[in-house]
Amino acid sequence: MPRIPPLQVVPAVGVPRLESRRRLLLALTRIWPWAFLGLLLIFFSATGVGFFTLRNSQNILVAITPVLLMGLGQTLVIISAGIDLSVGWVMGLSSVASAIVIRDVTAAGAMGPFPAILLGALAGLAVAVFIGFANGAIVAKLHVPAFIVTLGTSFVARGAAYLLCGGNVVGGQPPAVRAFGNDALMYLVRGAGGGLYFFKKPDVTGLQLRMMDRILPWPVIVTVVAVAIFIFVLRKMQFGRHVYAIGGNREAAIRAGIPVDRHTILLYTLSAATAGLAGVLNTARFSGGSAIAGDPLLLPSIAAVIIGGVSLFGGKGTVLGTVVGALIIAVLQTGLVMLAVQPFWQFVVVGIVVILAVLMDQMRDLVLGRAESA
Amino acid sequence: MMAGAPPREPMLSLRELTKRFGGLTAVDRVSVDIYPGEVVGLVGDNGAGKSTLIKMVSGVYQPTSGDIRFLGKPVQISGPALARDLGIETIYQDLALADNLDAAANIFLGREVKRRFLGGFVTTLNEAHMHAETEKALSTLDIHIPSLKAEILTLSGGQRQAIAITRAHYWDAKLMIMDEPTNNLGVVEQRKVLDLIRRLRDRGIPVILISHTMHDVFAVSDRIVVLHRGRKVAEKRTAETDQEDVVRYMIGLLDDTSPDGVGGQASLPAG
Repeated sequence: MPRIPPLQVVPAVGVPRLESRRRLLLALTRIWPWAFLGLLLIFFSATGVGFFTLRNSQNILVAITPVLLMGLGQTLVIISAGIDLSVGWVMGLSSVASAIVIRDVTAAGAMGPFPAILLGALAGLAVAVFIGFANGAIVAKLHVPAFIVTLGTSFVARGAAYLLCGGNVVGGQPPAVRAFGNDALMYLVRGAGGGLYFFKKPDVTGLQLRMMDRILPWPVIVTVVAVAIFIFVLRKMQFGRHVYAIGGNREAAIRAGIPVDRHTILLYTLSAATAGLAGVLNTARFSGGSAIAGDPLLLPSIAAVIIGGVSLFGGKGTVLGTVVGALIIAVLQTGLVMLAVQPFWQFVVVGIVVILAVLMDQMRDLVLGRAESA
Repeated sequence: MMAGAPPREPMLSLRELTKRFGGLTAVDRVSVDIYPGEVVGLVGDNGAGKSTLIKMVSGVYQPTSGDIRFLGKPVQISGPALARDLGIETIYQDLALADNLDAAANIFLGREVKRRFLGGFVTTLNEAHMHAETEKALSTLDIHIPSLKAEILTLSGGQRQAIAITRAHYWDAKLMIMDEPTNNLGVVEQRKVLDLIRRLRDRGIPVILISHTMHDVFAVSDRIVVLHRGRKVAEKRTAETDQEDVVRYMIGLLDDTSPDGVGGQASLPAG
């Protein structure tokens, strides 16, 4: 008798012994990014170079915001079996566009700093969304492979960004911009007269200022909110379910009446929007618009998505996985720097981890297999 | 003459259905009636016109001439979506399921049940309801799968086929067309799928079964329609024919529509 699992499956009894080992392997393929992150944290903390501190934790969070934001949209796009290579330069374009609008509006004295920042942020998001919409429309309606389309628009965004800024950093930002990019929800001041301050930056100077910890800077909070929204959309909403369906079997999704084209356009638009948000936050953090801000972060953001367990073939992955992937990259970065290891080692390690992630994914498929008859 | 059963209205009635592609006549004046609660095997060699005929019923192709009546009314099935709305479900192997989703997600794919919050501003998937309904739907057809929450990638080919059939049944399919449903299945699984087809028939749902496997067709069908070069050359009650005979019709050695009963290119189609 061939080992064909019958439709009537009797649970528990008669389950082959292999089952428990398979389960273990499956669990491993699922939790290894968490375990790896945990090991990294323990390792770097144990080295005693001041890794395990409040300040460093905040530094890590600030450092990963752009990578994570780009990774958010990318997560959805890759789950749908697409790819978005344009987000790096879209982030730069958004940074430049928002900075120019803020600078010009402020210089013209047309409005106060806060409306100007809002207008600048909207401008940055708008150019990003425009490119994302074009990406989605070309992929969905003209059936050009996403890899090609987004590679093309990546160059378009790059050109547009440099044309706008003339190759320079866009300055002339009002102080409120820097405040938005660097102020925090809470401040911890140590020493005499210290304490925990909410919202308002305490008026301290000298050593106390240097010792002051910023807890949850605004860009981090914005990113956390975005992460929460994306988790909710992907796990709880119909759109999220459809994203998995499109990535799992596009033909089936079409047959089931899912508006695949419309969803595809929305996916690339969302991806560009998160990159645009990263660009706006970049302008705020450095108080200036930079065209080159995003490009070096493109591959790390894709690496974060893949380390987090999203399959490049589509249909698999979670937003939380991407968060873990981004954290792994950021922890490696800061940890190695603190250990005074040549910082370039981070690339070597990240590269190996990416390959490891894909191997884990393949192992999972192997273990799961198609039960029979494939 | 072949309807056999008591004089009932056919559920699906094809009259003189013809499809031409340029100079090629893929389906030539084929008339078939499908009655509630019967399984009709549609057989023929490659290129005999089986898929073209079926695609006209499932809305993929438009007939060049001829009429389709469904539930007593003339219908123009202008697209697959319309066919589904009418209650005609075509089940293709593996094409219509998302392997990375669980059984419930597949059964409700594209028709998810939602919960509304904040006056409809936020809607979420009602997983509990969909899982409960899926459990009911599967047990109605006496289908058992190991886990409702496992991605169906982990299920066997037969179990996935069963889920596709359950989906069609749950969404009130009145007529099911199955294209090679037992292809690539193990022996036990084949039997399970054939059982499922019988169960659908017992619930009054007619099934048109397209298969190369003569054994399957003879195992479940009530009638067999044989196509050869686009024409219907025979329509037999399964009980009154045998595999050898049907094969003779398939390869053109026999032809009920030719005056002498012998197939061949020279024979004229009867009116």
